[in-house]
Amino acid sequence: MFEAILLTVITAATPLVVAALGELVTERSGVLNLGVEGMMIMGAVSAFAAAQLTGSPYIGVLAGIAGGAIFSLLFAFLTLTLVANQVATGLALTILGLGLSGQLGEAFVGKPGIKLQPIVFPVLSDIPFLGRVLFSQDLIFYLSIVLVIGINWFLFRSRTGLKMRAIGDNHASAHALGINVIRTRYLAVMFGGACAGLAGAQLSLVYTPQWVENMAAGRGWIALALVVFASWRPWRLLAGGYLFGAVTIGQLHAQAFGIGVPSQLLSALPYAATIVVLVIISHNRRTTLINTPASLGKPFVPDR
Amino acid sequence: MTLSDAALAVPLLSVRGLTKLFGSFAACRDIDLEIAPGEIHALLGENGAGKSTLVKMLFGVLQPSDGQILWKGSPVRINSPGEARHLGIGMVFQHFSLFEALTVAENIALSLDPKVSLARISDEAASLSKAYGLPLDPKAHVADLSVGERQRIEIVRALLQNPNLIILDEPTSVLTPQEADRLFETLLQLRQEGKSVLYISHRLEEVRRICDRATVLRHGKVTGTCDPRHETPASLARMMVGSDVAQVHRDERSSVGNLALEVNDLSVPARTPFAVSLKNVSMQVRAGEILAIAGIAGNGQGELFDALSGEYPVATGDAILIRGKSVGRLGINDRRLLGAGFVPEERHGHAAVSAMPLSDNLLIARSQSDRRAFLGGGPLSIIRHRAVGSATRRICGAMDVRKSGEDPLAGSLSGGNLQKFIVGRELDRQPSVLVVNQPTWGVDAGAASRIRQALIDLAKTGSAIVVISQDLDEIFEVATTIAVISEGRLSQMYSAGALSLERIGLLMGGIHEKKSIPETAHAH
Repeated sequence: MFEAILLTVITAATPLVVAALGELVTERSGVLNLGVEGMMIMGAVSAFAAAQLTGSPYIGVLAGIAGGAIFSLLFAFLTLTLVANQVATGLALTILGLGLSGQLGEAFVGKPGIKLQPIVFPVLSDIPFLGRVLFSQDLIFYLSIVLVIGINWFLFRSRTGLKMRAIGDNHASAHALGINVIRTRYLAVMFGGACAGLAGAQLSLVYTPQWVENMAAGRGWIALALVVFASWRPWRLLAGGYLFGAVTIGQLHAQAFGIGVPSQLLSALPYAATIVVLVIISHNRRTTLINTPASLGKPFVPDR
Repeated sequence: MTLSDAALAVPLLSVRGLTKLFGSFAACRDIDLEIAPGEIHALLGENGAGKSTLVKMLFGVLQPSDGQILWKGSPVRINSPGEARHLGIGMVFQHFSLFEALTVAENIALSLDPKVSLARISDEAASLSKAYGLPLDPKAHVADLSVGERQRIEIVRALLQNPNLIILDEPTSVLTPQEADRLFETLLQLRQEGKSVLYISHRLEEVRRICDRATVLRHGKVTGTCDPRHETPASLARMMVGSDVAQVHRDERSSVGNLALEVNDLSVPARTPFAVSLKNVSMQVRAGEILAIAGIAGNGQGELFDALSGEYPVATGDAILIRGKSVGRLGINDRRLLGAGFVPEERHGHAAVSAMPLSDNLLIARSQSDRRAFLGGGPLSIIRHRAVGSATRRICGAMDVRKSGEDPLAGSLSGGNLQKFIVGRELDRQPSVLVVNQPTWGVDAGAASRIRQALIDLAKTGSAIVVISQDLDEIFEVATTIAVISEGRLSQMYSAGALSLERIGLLMGGIHEKKSIPETAHAH
């Protein structure tokens, strides 16, 4: 029983973690992309369509990544090259993504999906309890853990990650040091798009293997909140992602047990938890300031 | 002549006919400059003379429109700061290009060879900073460091690249006299090692003290090259300004009247993690007095100004008295109505709205205190444009504000002219208490002397004035009494004549020697 709950928590938390990790990298470079929901849903429809057409869920995963990344390129071009307002462009990206994915996915509504099968590690998965939970999962779960470790190393141990944090902290000084601000931000936005796309692929290939319009269902917004919740740190983000995943699953089980709480209230829990945690976190302003990218959302035009 | 002699005869850097155009405006025109190996070369000029533009071209941040740069005798194109560093040019910026969220070592690593590990950079930075007498902790976050420490990072960062030429942009403007002395020793040590220094400043005494040669810029052109040790401050100033700078005149000991501003044991907790808390601040200013508050940036000056002006009212009303009335809990307009005036530090966005014309900026500041004159129609509060316009003209005339057009946008004025307007806006009201934060920060010598004279003249008419300033020359020019703020604590008040530069420096560094310094005569 507990094991089953844990498995569903992992499935619910993985897309949040993956999408939020991408946004974390984007925001560390100083770009605020509010279009996560839109990129996620584009990833979901791309992944589902590619899996349907080729019969391979792995090609679906690749298509999801590509779909999110290409869609984010539109945002990058508008905000970095044309220096459009990031907040407005991000919101527009979400609205566009929701509409466009509905259009593209019309032919796939109601079709049975192709599920991404678990990859079972032979010996490790025999470990009682933990083995089943951790070592017989699908590819995207393993990727999410690798991404947390990798991004943490990249940001805080590698020189390129240091440059990226420098850009996020003060883009004018970074430019004066000869760091290519615009190129780095293009790459960071596209990495964010790729991660959102991968999270979308998880939704349409693992979580509920089918295509339903608007199936991201607000997870992109939770992912955005998660980045702030984690104060731009990957390990905190992983913990937060599982907390939100647990809240989501917890309310489902509470409903199943017939606990006398309105279901609407329970499904609002993750959002309420986000607000509560944001309030708690903002009390420790010093750590927030050290971690918050100071140039987040500010337009950059090199003086030349 | 031996080969090495010939090498010595070639200047390290020479610049020929360098020009930078922004549209049709020439920020630099036909600049010639030569820097010999092992020379400390001063670049002198007022704000807007083109010093920063020239240096940015030398460091590859800006590209010249015309002209040539020769490095060790051969022509080079410097396309980026990276290329400048590669040639052997290091730069310490005036506005620090540091990353607050990163550690000292990370900041340094960003401008070094990426192959060097962070641990090694920490070690090298620590040993280098020790060798040059610039103590630094590589693991500290920049956000937690003082301005002087931040400058050390910049210098150590430049030195780690082992440059032949180090460019310093106004390095002492944020330092205590002692810190500046330290810096000069470092520079002389560098010269002994055969390195060259390009030293940008508008502080003439400094330049005369440490520089071998000086190039003077005015309006983007070179107006002279000289040996500053053979010049007087007056002759250097003439080259910089193009005419003699008016000396500030002060009558000896004008009469002192009643207590006009009183602060009693004021303590204010820090509002943000990077702010300073005020601790038991007390001061008394009488009519006719100018109290100057000295201190290094970031020691609570801004917070003190906020408390005095009422931008952030304080918890206890009795902590601040203006003309005998408790005003601690009152906001800025209520304090203005009692006859006080305030001039904050930042010109743009705080003292003035850049995108609005001068007349609107006047009205915003004085709509309450001059309600009768500027607003009509009773409760409708209709703006009397004619009255506001004539007051604007009166202020511009009185303070000699040079502007293009009748009522230009505040943002289109040069720093000095806008500052004259902002100070003039308050002086025009003849406030009985005036609090000014950094009255001449970053303005040219002509405007600065105008503003200082106006403050002295106002005091003579019986106003009490508080001047918060980092500029010690300014403080000694205008002050009748001096106090020093350090880490949110205000020293006792000293009469201006009783304090030497060295003592102020010690107080700025937070060293209080209570016994030996005589108190002012009037301090109850």
